[in-house]
Amino acid sequence: MTLLGHRAPFTAQIGMTIVALFLFTALFGPWFAPYGESQSIGDTWQTPSGQMWLGADQIGRDMLTRLIYGARTTIGIAAATTIVSAFIGITFGFTAAVLGGWVDTVLSRLVDVILSIPPLILALIVLGVFGSSIPVLVLTIAVVDSPKVFRLARALGMNIVVLDFVEVARMRGEGLWWVIRSEVLPNAVAPLISEFGLRFCFNFLFVAALSFLGVGVQPPYADWGGMVRENASAINFGLLAPLYPACAIAALTVGVNLVVDWLLSIDARPSGAQAEM
Amino acid sequence: MLRLIATRFALGILTLLAVSVLIFICTQILPGDVASAVLGQQATPESLRVFRAELGLDKPAYLRYLAWLLGVLHGDFGKSLTNDRVIIEELAPRFVNTLFLAGYAAVIAVPLAVGLGILSAIREGRLTDRLANILTLIAISVPEFFVAYILIIIFAIQLGWFPSLATVDSDMGLGTRLYTAFLPALTLTMVVMAHMLRMTRNSVLSIMSTPYIEMAFLKGLTRSRVVAFHALPNALGPIVSVVALNLAYLVVGVVVVENVFVYPGVGQYMVDAVAKRDVPVIQACGLVFAAVFVTLNTVADILAMLANPRLRRRR
Repeated sequence: MTLLGHRAPFTAQIGMTIVALFLFTALFGPWFAPYGESQSIGDTWQTPSGQMWLGADQIGRDMLTRLIYGARTTIGIAAATTIVSAFIGITFGFTAAVLGGWVDTVLSRLVDVILSIPPLILALIVLGVFGSSIPVLVLTIAVVDSPKVFRLARALGMNIVVLDFVEVARMRGEGLWWVIRSEVLPNAVAPLISEFGLRFCFNFLFVAALSFLGVGVQPPYADWGGMVRENASAINFGLLAPLYPACAIAALTVGVNLVVDWLLSIDARPSGAQAEM
Repeated sequence: MLRLIATRFALGILTLLAVSVLIFICTQILPGDVASAVLGQQATPESLRVFRAELGLDKPAYLRYLAWLLGVLHGDFGKSLTNDRVIIEELAPRFVNTLFLAGYAAVIAVPLAVGLGILSAIREGRLTDRLANILTLIAISVPEFFVAYILIIIFAIQLGWFPSLATVDSDMGLGTRLYTAFLPALTLTMVVMAHMLRMTRNSVLSIMSTPYIEMAFLKGLTRSRVVAFHALPNALGPIVSVVALNLAYLVVGVVVVENVFVYPGVGQYMVDAVAKRDVPVIQACGLVFAAVFVTLNTVADILAMLANPRLRRRR
């Protein structure tokens, strides 16, 4: 597996396999899930057997089926969140960089304030006020997360807007949006992509944590964080039920991290020196 | 010097004010308002009017903010909407519990993380370092509750050494308290240690690539001596701020861990309030967490200034 002439190291290949597997499950899971999402077919926390590979959950639903459906909810929400957050952060970050002056000052100070509240706490405040539904959840996490993208995008943008071709575009009288889209963005894509991966991990853990606390995705949707919460008391009987969804969360994060580590290392290399690496 | 610290301190207070405004705005931009949200089905125009007056919702927003802020400064966070209790009375003991847990974890985590971070910088690229690297990557990637449940399975269920629920109360002696809260503290330690270790290692290593370190090596000094006497004094500044930043992170990690172990702290109080949509309690807890976070960040900056003279110059 190669990307832009870079061969992926072993760890990155493992990472990509994990990510591909999870994405496939998220997209096509319901087609091969053994049972229905809310179909109760066994006893509470029934132990794993031939029919139910991972046993049953707290009301006798097949754990594996719940995990497969949960992939769609959890990964879907995390991905949607990251896209919205990237859009907000990049747009405002580049706007601040291109316009400078008071626009930059106002946006940067606002971001400073948002960043001085811990993200989980800010999300809890907003969710507590608005109640938890999937659109609110996505928007909340996106807004809470976007300041970090903003900082990176602004820093990248600052280095690009001083270059001659941006100056030329401005002289031509191009508008703000055009300058951002055609001059700044193409030159900042590489670092933004690895940031996207990191933000995805963060948001994914964030959704899981909120659902685990019971203020994220609400039943009846299967969702990994929520599944850990629902099955938590099984642990007192020495059963592993809450660990399966927790493992799924951990596996995906490790996978994405492995890929991102590789992308970051490509990014750090001088582009001419690919051959000997 | 003193002036710089005072400036940073003032900036911290200003940030705190801005944060309080933000929290207030967040809780006031409800579609509809708290009164109709709380009364729900039973809302008649009359009861709504009375309830609004009781909450002060009939006054303009900036007056309500000032009243709230003034109350907070006097330790008056208002009353809970769900059980009508005075918030500060519930919050104060929980806050002590949370600080106890975070402090407990910090006492274990800081020496361990800094020690291991330096060790893995000394042994860069060798087995110890690579092992530490892989372990920290895993610890950073997995959610807090995963670590917590693994620890519960091992230490509470299999071995039976520690209780799986950390329900401390005020009658407990220090020893029992430490024993009861051991598993949550250990969870927090594992979570926060990974970050701290990685950052300590990196800040030592970034100094290792400077010319004066190369000079020390050329003099024929051993690697451990170079790290301990040449690199470490300069890495101290970054390490101190890393520690303080991670303590700030600890305060957030506490929320999830408290909920796993049913530990009676502010995090659990806040999550309960969010589930019940008890806005005054959410405001109070949010402000407390933000205040601790801002304070620790300010302390981190000031300590970094004290440890590194180069930061004292005005930018």
